[in-house]
Amino acid sequence: MGIFDYFKSKSAPSSASVAKDRLQIIVAHERSKRHQPDYLPQMQQEIIDVIRKYVNIGNEDVQIQLDNTDDCSVLELNVTLPEQN
Amino acid sequence: MAKIIVVTSGKGGVGKTTSSAAIGTGIALKGHKTVIIDFDVGLRNLDLIMGCERRVVYDFVNVINKEATLSQALIKDKRTKDLFILPASQTRDKDALTVEGVQGVLEELAKEFEYIICDSPAGIEKGAQMALYFADAAIVVTNPEVSSVRDSDRILGILQSKSKRAEEGREPIEEHLLLTRYHPGRVALGEMLSVSDVEDILAIPLLGVIPESEAVLKASNQGTPVILDTESEAGLAYMDAVDRLMGEERPLRFLEVQKKGFIKRLLGG
Repeated sequence: MGIFDYFKSKSAPSSASVAKDRLQIIVAHERSKRHQPDYLPQMQQEIIDVIRKYVNIGNEDVQIQLDNTDDCSVLELNVTLPEQN
Repeated sequence: MAKIIVVTSGKGGVGKTTSSAAIGTGIALKGHKTVIIDFDVGLRNLDLIMGCERRVVYDFVNVINKEATLSQALIKDKRTKDLFILPASQTRDKDALTVEGVQGVLEELAKEFEYIICDSPAGIEKGAQMALYFADAAIVVTNPEVSSVRDSDRILGILQSKSKRAEEGREPIEEHLLLTRYHPGRVALGEMLSVSDVEDILAIPLLGVIPESEAVLKASNQGTPVILDTESEAGLAYMDAVDRLMGEERPLRFLEVQKKGFIKRLLGG
């Protein structure tokens, strides 16, 4: 650290802590997907297609998640329907 | 029973081959008969790092294809007793490695060697999966940098799901974190992830921290494993890691910023 560095502002978070925060989020996200069965993305698409026959929704309006506990698996399906007009 | 240790990382260029050469040499120095296998078919480099590139006649793929015997392909290290190298093929592609072929070679090696070090290629393709498939332990080489840490986590997922131990539901592969190219000065300035940051994210036991060191390039220039450079911090840090791998307690060192003279500090650099 040279003499000029002492004048630099210290207020911003360090780049290392930004890196750690970003990594914790992406790694947690990727770990949660790791144990999902391979058929899940395709099943999600087909469910979306069925709903779309009746209601106009986008791909991002359907959240699908598989949670495994000790002796059972729960498939959680969240569909956000558009406002009725 | 031989212990099979894979040195892996997902990301390329983080120091897998340097670490395989150093750790394999370190284990042999402790008197255990050790072989290091280069799994990077098509891009062999372990021979160059070990300084035996001109002695390669037959390779791993020749042995799998029964074009040569194991004893013809194994290269005995000239410096370290009890150390052998099995080079990768430079001409074939990664499809030359088959589960049955690799298993056959490992079983034959296991009769003669105590430790089998598998130097994995980068990536998560067939070559990397083959290198880790039969492993009892894994050394995950990671740089304190976002892409390397993410890829290490990915490779940990593969170790836990696609290895032979995982498939057979046996005791999982022992996991060890080896943090390389660590720069204490930059960590102190908040410019680099710290040891504890990486430990927090990957959540596996730490085997060692190798500081960024000029000795590593110097050693590879000369074809000498850096662990033999006992004057260098990197060499000593690798030796500590080997001691820990053998179950000995060694405190971490070289993690502090070195004190510089007043003038040098004033001018920066």
